[in-house]
Amino acid sequence: MNLKVKIGKLKLENPVILASGTAGFGKEIKDFIDINKLGAIVTKTITLNKRKGNPPPRIIETPGGLLNSIGLDNDGLKDFMFEKISFLEKLKIPVVVSIAGDTIDKFVKLAKELSKARCIRAIEVNLSCPNIHHKGTKFPLLAQDRKAVEKIISRLRKTTTNTLIAKLSPNVTDIKEIAKAAERAGADAISLINTYPGMLVDINTMKPKLGGVTGGLSGPSVKPLALKCVWDAYNAINIPIIGIGGIMDAGDAVEFLICGASAIQVGTANFVNPHASLEILDGIKEYLKKKKIKSVKNLIGRLKI
Amino acid sequence: MKQFKAKIISNKKIAPEHYILSFKTPRIAKDTKPGQFFSVRVSRAYEPFLRRPFSAHKITQDRIEILYKVVGKATEILSMKKKDDILDVLGPLGNGFSLEPTADSPSLDYARDRQPTALLVAGGHGVAPLYALARQVTNRKSRTLVFIGARTKKHIVNDKELRKLGAKVYISTDDGSRGYKGSVIDLLKRKARAMSYELGVRIYACGPKPMLKEVAKLARRYKMPCQVSLEEYMACGIGICLGCAVKTRTGFKLVCKDGPVFDAGEII
Repeated sequence: MNLKVKIGKLKLENPVILASGTAGFGKEIKDFIDINKLGAIVTKTITLNKRKGNPPPRIIETPGGLLNSIGLDNDGLKDFMFEKISFLEKLKIPVVVSIAGDTIDKFVKLAKELSKARCIRAIEVNLSCPNIHHKGTKFPLLAQDRKAVEKIISRLRKTTTNTLIAKLSPNVTDIKEIAKAAERAGADAISLINTYPGMLVDINTMKPKLGGVTGGLSGPSVKPLALKCVWDAYNAINIPIIGIGGIMDAGDAVEFLICGASAIQVGTANFVNPHASLEILDGIKEYLKKKKIKSVKNLIGRLKI
Repeated sequence: MKQFKAKIISNKKIAPEHYILSFKTPRIAKDTKPGQFFSVRVSRAYEPFLRRPFSAHKITQDRIEILYKVVGKATEILSMKKKDDILDVLGPLGNGFSLEPTADSPSLDYARDRQPTALLVAGGHGVAPLYALARQVTNRKSRTLVFIGARTKKHIVNDKELRKLGAKVYISTDDGSRGYKGSVIDLLKRKARAMSYELGVRIYACGPKPMLKEVAKLARRYKMPCQVSLEEYMACGIGICLGCAVKTRTGFKLVCKDGPVFDAGEII
C-alpha cells in the first residue's frame, strides 16, 4: 500500500498533517503521539514580533464545534529561531512553519529568516486568521482580497525556494478565484479551510461570549462547508490542495481526499483527542485495504458524479 | 503517556446536584498532586464536543475521585455513567498546590514553636480540589481551617468529610440556612485578622473569580502566602490551544499549564 503524497517539493510519507495552532511547536503534543509517524507538522502561526493575543474568554464550545479568538498569541520569530526550533530540528518529518504578518515586508522577512533554517521545508502563509486585524486590504481578511493574495504570494515566491502553501479562508464569494490567484502567484499548494468567522452572545449579560467579540468556528460542524470549498478549488486549479475542516476520523479524511485534497490536516480533533491524527492515519490504511486501493493517490478527486 | 482509559469504580450522588466519581488508575494516582486536574471525554458524540476538566478531589494509592456538580449536558452524561464503564481521561494536568516554602513566603520550619496553619477557602464546589489538599495538610499535622461558602445549606458538600480529617470547618450561606449568613469572605476576615501575627499561616482558595480576588486582597493585607485555583474554558487542557489564558501581572498565563493553581499575587 502506498500512502505517499507530494505537496510542492515536500515528499510526505502519508497524507496526515497536524494543523497549525493545534499541535503547538511539536513539543507540546509529543507525549501523546509519535509525531514522526505522520506526514508533516504545521507549527502554530508565528509573527515577526511577539503577540500577546486576544483577551479571554478565548474559546467557547458550540454544537459540534469550537469558536476561538486566540489572536495569534505567539512569542515571535526570534524566540522561534532560538527556542522552538530545537525540538523541530530533531523531527524526521517535514516541518511546515505557519506565518502571518500585517505588511508584505513582514511576511517577506519571516520567510527569508525561516528559509535559512535547514529543518524548515515549507511555509504555510496564513492569510485567513479571522481573529486579527488585517492591514493592506480593504477586506476583513487578506484571503478575501484576490489582489492581496497574489501580491503577497508572488513576493514570497521570489523570497524563498521552500514549498509555499497559501492558507485560505472559506468565507469568500468565490473560492475558485482566490485559489487561482494563489496558483498564479506561484504557490505550490493551498490549504483550506481556516475557521469561519462567527460569534455567540450570553443573553444574561448581553455580552459576547468571546473576549475578542467575534471568533473563528472550527470542528465537525464546518466539515460540509470545508468539503465544498475543497471540491470547488480542485476543479479550478492544478496545484495540490490540503484539506482542513472538522476532520475527526478517517472517514472525514477520506471524504476530503475524494473531493480533491492531496493531503489533510487534523486540527480541532487534536484538542478532543491528542491521539486523533494517528487514529485517522490507521483508519485511512484500513479504508484503502478494504477498498483494495493500492495508492492513496488513486483516491484524490475521485468523486463519482 | 498522560492519556488513559480508566474503569469507573463508583459514581454516587452525594447532594441534589453533586456527584463523586471514582476511577481506578494505580500508576497515575501516585503522581497526582492536590490541585491538579483530569480532562474527561464524557462521550464520543460531537455534543458535548470538548473534554471537561475536573480537579482531583481525593487521591489514594490506586484511585482518583472527582467531585462534580451537574451544570449542563456533559456533567449530566457523566452523572449517568455506571460502575465498570470506561472513561477516556487525560491527566494529571497542570500544577498543584504547593506546601513548600518559597522565597517570598515564610518557611513552615521557621515557625518551629507553633503549628503551621492552612486556611482553605472554598466557594461553591470550589471545595473539590481543597479536599485533596486538606488530606495532605492534615497528614502533615498542620492545623487546617476550612471555610465553605455556599448559596444554601443544600449546596454544602464535603463538610463532614473535612471534619473527619480533623479540619475545623466554618460555613457561610447566602440565605443563612446554615452557619453564618453572608459571604465566606466575612468569615475568613475575622479569622485572618485574629491570626495576622502568627507565622506560618497560608491560604489556599478555590471558587468564583470575585471571591478569589477578595481572598487575594485579604492575603496581601495580612501578608499571608496565598495560592488560588482558577477556572477557565478549556479546549485541549495541555497547553496547546492557548484558549484558557487569564490575565496576570506578568501577562497572559494558561490555566491548564501554568495553573490552575497560581500565586494570589499574580492574579488581577
